[in-house]
Amino acid sequence: MNIDLQKQYEKLLTSYIQDTREDHLYGAQQLSKWILQQRVPPEEVVSIHIATIKNLLPDLPNEVKISFDFLIEVMIGYGVAYQDRDHLVNRQRELEDEIEVAVRMQQTLLPKSPPPLEGVDIGVLSVAANRMSGDYYNFVDHGQGSLGIAISDIIGKGIPAALCMSMIKYSMDRFDDQPLSPSEVLRGLNTVVERNVDSSMFITMVYGVYDSLNHHFRYATAGHEPGLVYKASDGEFHDLETQGLVLGVAKDVDYPEYTIELSLGDAIILFSDGVTECKVDGKFLQREQLKQIICEYLELPAQQAVEAIYQRLFEMTKYSMKDDQTIMIIKRVESLS
Amino acid sequence: MNVLIEEKTDNKNGVTIFVEGEVDVYTAPQLREKLLPLCQNGKTVYVDLSKVDYIDSTGLGVLIGAYKAQRATAGRLVLKGVNARIYRLLRITGLHEVIEIEDRKQEDGKV
Repeated sequence: MNIDLQKQYEKLLTSYIQDTREDHLYGAQQLSKWILQQRVPPEEVVSIHIATIKNLLPDLPNEVKISFDFLIEVMIGYGVAYQDRDHLVNRQRELEDEIEVAVRMQQTLLPKSPPPLEGVDIGVLSVAANRMSGDYYNFVDHGQGSLGIAISDIIGKGIPAALCMSMIKYSMDRFDDQPLSPSEVLRGLNTVVERNVDSSMFITMVYGVYDSLNHHFRYATAGHEPGLVYKASDGEFHDLETQGLVLGVAKDVDYPEYTIELSLGDAIILFSDGVTECKVDGKFLQREQLKQIICEYLELPAQQAVEAIYQRLFEMTKYSMKDDQTIMIIKRVESLS
Repeated sequence: MNVLIEEKTDNKNGVTIFVEGEVDVYTAPQLREKLLPLCQNGKTVYVDLSKVDYIDSTGLGVLIGAYKAQRATAGRLVLKGVNARIYRLLRITGLHEVIEIEDRKQEDGKV
């Protein structure tokens, strides 16, 4: 390989010295690409150059010849750095691949779309600020028109949050067959989290059960950013009542339950703190601002509405999202049957 | 985005940590480094937040870590000079019922 390289190099350089034509320089560029591909160290290229020059110009002054040894010595340092860089690039690629696997795994933890529920339109959007998200949501179908809905914020980002998320998901999967009340679900999760996470990690959550037979939403919260309920009758938003310690801080915590009754056109809006803590022109988004934005899009089907709201917030924050954002809308609509 | 943390240990009743600035994902590790070693011998640890205008959830995590460490060694963690915004965060997360809070700032009469 190097004999070929030497011949090729010599040919190009000799031609260029003879007529200094541009196309030989282009040839040199192509050759350099090949050299990089073959991972030829820089000191070797310099050696080839020197050997060629010595062949072409045998009468070089001795000082110049000696200076070549000096140049090679200097280039060896570059060669070492080049090898290190190569090693790091490979390592980086391996890590990237691993993260990519983790990202895909994390995506499988989130449900693809909300299960259909008679007379209810649900939309949800969760966007990670970086590649891995600390926001989580889940739906648990209890059957007989009853759907468990969870939205959760895992404090901390990246891989620790993702690992924690899988713990939450698998704990919740156990609730599938035993329709627990919201406070029982939170108590159960609290025990799991309290036992298993690092002391400075915690999780906030809203868990509610929507009963589509009577359109009651019974919920409990664990330190989660209060959601909103929109009442079509007065066109106003009301804060969801919240009282309950975040998951993972203490044992044996009680989570009080609340019930909201939804009439036609009413909606529940849940979000993560990435939504309320986003900054618009250097200031935190005001709750009133958020209500106005939601109000503008609430007429849309729920999925389109959450997407439009997210897009609007993204524009308002000048496309810089510091935290993961999740928005969920649960709207009572006309029943089909 | 900076935080200043100062420690005053000559207090007979315990140790006070003065924090100034924003406690967020970037500065929370500095607070953790200062605060957690103090939470090991059952002494009362005061965290003075009167010059802190904002704490994010990572910062809150540090306070929770300190609270748990104090609970394990029968010590007390007391927050002082909490402003309205931080108090709202403590209230939403339910932490206001487990972590001691003294001398809330006057401005937050109607949180």
